[in-house]
This record gives sequence, structure tokens and C-alpha cells, in this order.
Amino acid sequence: MHVGKGFHKSGGKGGSKITEPAAVRILLITVALAFLALFLLLPLAAVFVQAFEKGWEAYLAALHEPDTLSAIRLTLLTAAICVPLNLFFGIVAAWGIAKFTFPGKSLLITLIDLPFSVSPVVSGLIYVLIFGLQGWLGPWLQGHDIKIIFAVPGIVLATVFVTFPFVARELIPLMESQGRDEEEAALTLGASGLQTFFRVTFPNIKWGVLYGVILCNARAMGEFGAVSVVSGHVRGSTNTIPLQVEILYNEYSYAAAFAVASLLALLALVTLALKTLAEWKIQQGLSASEER
Amino acid sequence: MSIDIESVSKNFGEFAALTDVNLVVPSGELVALLGPSGSGKTTLLRIIAGLESPDGGRILFNGEEATRRDVRDRHVGFVFQHYALFRHMTVFDNIAFGLTVKPKKSRPSKADIRDKVYTLLKLIQLEQLSDRYPAQLSGGQRQRVALARALAVEPQVLLLDEPFGALDAKVRLELRRWLRRLHDEIHVTSVFVTHDQEEALEVADRIVVMNGGKIEQQGTPSEVYDRPATPFVFDFLGNVNLFQGRVHEGMAQMGGMELSAPEHAATNNVRAVGYVRSHDIEIDRVPFVPFDASSVEAVVRYILSVGPLVRIDLELSGGEGVEVDLSRDVADRLDLKVGEKVYARPRKMRVFTDDYQI
Repeated sequence: MHVGKGFHKSGGKGGSKITEPAAVRILLITVALAFLALFLLLPLAAVFVQAFEKGWEAYLAALHEPDTLSAIRLTLLTAAICVPLNLFFGIVAAWGIAKFTFPGKSLLITLIDLPFSVSPVVSGLIYVLIFGLQGWLGPWLQGHDIKIIFAVPGIVLATVFVTFPFVARELIPLMESQGRDEEEAALTLGASGLQTFFRVTFPNIKWGVLYGVILCNARAMGEFGAVSVVSGHVRGSTNTIPLQVEILYNEYSYAAAFAVASLLALLALVTLALKTLAEWKIQQGLSASEER
Repeated sequence: MSIDIESVSKNFGEFAALTDVNLVVPSGELVALLGPSGSGKTTLLRIIAGLESPDGGRILFNGEEATRRDVRDRHVGFVFQHYALFRHMTVFDNIAFGLTVKPKKSRPSKADIRDKVYTLLKLIQLEQLSDRYPAQLSGGQRQRVALARALAVEPQVLLLDEPFGALDAKVRLELRRWLRRLHDEIHVTSVFVTHDQEEALEVADRIVVMNGGKIEQQGTPSEVYDRPATPFVFDFLGNVNLFQGRVHEGMAQMGGMELSAPEHAATNNVRAVGYVRSHDIEIDRVPFVPFDASSVEAVVRYILSVGPLVRIDLELSGGEGVEVDLSRDVADRLDLKVGEKVYARPRKMRVFTDDYQI
């Protein structure tokens, strides 16, 4: 670091040898904060300002709109189905991948990532192609009077697809880093498979599971693209919160649109807080295990 | 409980981890599986435990077929190299685990479990640490907890995978002596894996030397040390010098020395390798009396004190380098200097002809 020596001297008395001069530090921090304010805080504030533009009563009234209530209900229902499903699949997939070796393992890992790499619109179209009227199973489904596309099952399917990777992706590296020793120890001590999972494996991954669930839930409630393709935008029936926001906005009822959007913004804030907590707990767990 | 291993084989893909291994572990003995990494010793241990299944062969417990028996039904205590303690449980809960997962009808009462755990804590001398978590313990303490956890279920066999491998030298020494005393008290059939020959020689009743997925030799520590069956065993146990040469009708010629090798009386001028342990070489300033062809002239190249020993590097008149370990009092009496001319003579040499080559 001899090159920087003269530079540091000119930078002021307070600066230790390894930090930048005060002016540079202030400049960098200002740029970062300005960027954050412009692109993150300002839009977030705008959502709430717009939502409350016509006052508290108008805000509540906009949320009490029957179509909006129905959208909220549908979003909650979708999340309530998707999150447990993907929690289960995610844990099973991560368990299989992290604790066992089998042929095709790397292919499976790639497949789990597929929903991340595919545009959500395509994810939606896949289901239209399979279950839609012109799709492979369309005629058969119509013959049996089962509606999937432009109905709730389609929305759930598309959301499950899009949110599949969250839990698995979070757990695979965590479980791989923890190895199989503890599970093997439990088995030699006479524990059954279920006992091993609930008493040894799960306590070690619970914060990772929570982290995955939070992200999965946020995406399930906020998903727009894939759901938009399969939903059909039937008011009061197949609209989720993001779709309802779009409809209200397109109809120039800005205050109502932003009121509903503020729900999603609130969800984001809660998610952020929980995510930070989970990350902190995972870090604690990892550093505890590193000491071993 | 005795363990019989009958022609067990195991492959991992193309790699043959074990090839036709036969071994008997008599009841109540403490047996060491000794070998370099990749020799198959850990695989064999895991097959005995049921954590790995063999591709061929049988495992018998007390003469009963146990090859396909589930890990949980084998009643083995397994101690892992990196302890594998449950990191989210206290020391108490770790030790109690094997008792608390028992089916309801055979599970001891809470009070009985507590008594049992405290008895074990006393045995491992960690009574005051029962509320600690594994991360708060030292390596030696963790290993003792792991041992207590394995003993809590009263296993019929105790299996230890490099139990002291991750510990520092002093703790390792203490703990292996403690394990030996413990075994003398409870007499549970035990098998432990190690790559440390000193550890195996000190702790075990019997040593099984493994190499390349096969058993090279088995026997008591003094048998394998004093009468190595193969060049590999000779090389692996202790410091050893190699001499290339030939044997002819019971006489070996190597490194400028001529020594009798009566076990090769029938050979006719074949290539051979002689093995001499570094402490089996005598050094003197004057020729040995009576002088014979078994001694050779040498020059001192290097002198190094290693604790109670003094290691001397010699260059024989033929050009070969030889390592000699002298006890400190002998070295002090000789008071050798680097560059000095001396006479060296092997006290014992073991000659293997070429068909025995490693």
C-alpha cells in the first residue's frame, strides 16, 4: 500500500491508513443514499401519498370495494395453497439433493432453477397450452366440466410454478454445508426417519425454511405476469391484488389503485423485516456451527 | 459381541474401496483398523455400522446374519471423526437423545434418563457442563460427549472413526489413554479407525493394517511391529530405511553390507529390498569387534534432536542415505559431529525378495 501513502496524508489527519479520505467517503455515501432515495424510497412514499390523497376514509372505502375484497381473498387463498405446497416440495427436493447422491442430480438442480430463468409470461402460457381450450388437455377437461384456465386452479398452478424455487434454493446450500453426520448419528442412536427429520434436521434449517417461506409468500402474493395470462381478469372472481391494481389504474381511479397497491407495499415492508430477522438467525447458526 | 466379516467387498463407482475382506473381531476386544487414507478402513467401519451396505460378503454379529439389518437395529455406538453432536441441543440432550427416541414401551422414565445421563457425564468428567451447547465446548470435551452419547444406548459394539484425528497432540494423547482405561472398565467390543500408527500401537488389543482395500496383516501390536508380514506394514509402522540389493542362498548384499537372511536360503541371486528400522542401526567411531561384512563405513551428514531421540542422517560409503535414531544418552556418549567418519551396522534387517514388492 505504499502507492497510497501520499494520498492518505493529503486526505486529513483523522483517516487511518486503510480508509479513503473523508471527502471521497462522503461523496460515495451521498451517491449511494441519493440513488436509494430516488429509486426506492421515493416510489414507496409516492404509493402511500397517492393512496391517502383523498383522505383516510376514501382509502378505506377503496379497500372495501367488493371487487377489491374479492381480489384480496383470492390472493390470500392462492398464497395459502402455494406456500405450504412449495414448502413441502422444497424441503423434500433440498433433502434429496443435499443428503443423497444419485444420477441426474445436477439436472434436477437445473430444473429447480427453471422458473427463475423463464419469463413469468411464458410460465403462464405453458399452462394455457396444456389446459386451455385449444391446449392438449382442453377438450377432455371441457368434456368433464373442469375449468382450470381463466379460473382459480389455473392461478394457483401458475403461482406454484413461479414460486417453486424459493424454499429449495434457500435450503440446498444450507443443508449441503451441514453434511450428513448428524443425521447418521441420529440413525445409529436408533431414531426413525421422521424422528431424525423433526428432531435433528429441521431445527438446523428452520430459519432457512422461514426465509424461503417469506420470499415464496411475497412472490406468490405479488406475482403478476404468469397469473395475468391464466386469470382472464374476471372481476370479483379471478383477479388477484396485482391484477386489481392494474384494472383500477387503467380505469383512471388512481386513489383506489394506489390504495390497493399500498397493501402490496406493506407486504413488502413486512417481508423485508422478517427476511432480515431470518438472515440474522441463519448467520448466527452458521457461525455457531463453524466454531465446531 | 463378536463381529465376523466374511469376504466383504465394496465399490464406489470404479473405485474398489474394499476387496474380499475377512476379519474376526472377538467379543470384548479393542481393535484398531490402521492404514493410510483411501485404504478402506472407514468404509469397513461404516459397513459394520450399517451406514454403508457391502456389494458382496456377509457381516455376522454373534454368529447371526446382520448384513441386511437396519442401522437402528444393530445396536452399535458410532463416534464420528467430527463428533456430529446435535448443535442445537445441550450436552444433556445430546447424551439423552438415544434414550428419548426409543419407542414408548421401551423408553425409560424421565428420571431414569436423567440418572443415566448424569452417570455418563460423571464418567466423562463433564458433570458441570450439562447445560452447554456443543459450540461452547473444546474439541476434547466434544469428543467425550460424543462418546457418552454413543454409550447411553448401551451398544453391543462401539465403533470410532478417527476419534482423535481432529484434536491437538496433547489432548489426543490424554484422550486415547482415557479410552483405553474406559475400555478396560466396560469391555464393550470396540473397533476404531486411525491412520496414526502410534495411536494404534498404544491403544489397541489387536491391529488390523489395511492398504488399498485389503488387509495386509493383523495381530497384536507387538506382532505387527516386530514381525511385519509385508513391506507395506514395515514401511507404515515406524521409521524405516530401505536398501536395494540381491539375496543369494541366504546371504543379502545391499548398501555395501553383507548380512545373513536365513529365510531366503533357497533363493538364487534375486533382487531384494532390505528394511531396517531407524532405531535398529548401531553407530560407532571405531570398527565393530569382531569386524564383519555386516557393517559399513559412513559419514555423518546431519544431526537433529527430536525430544528424547537424536536423529542422525548418514551417507554410506556406497552413497545411500540412512536415517538413524539414537537414544539421547547414546548420542551424548558418542558426541558425533557433522562430517565425521563412522561405522554403522544394522542390528536387524528384514529382507523381502522382489515378488513381495509394494
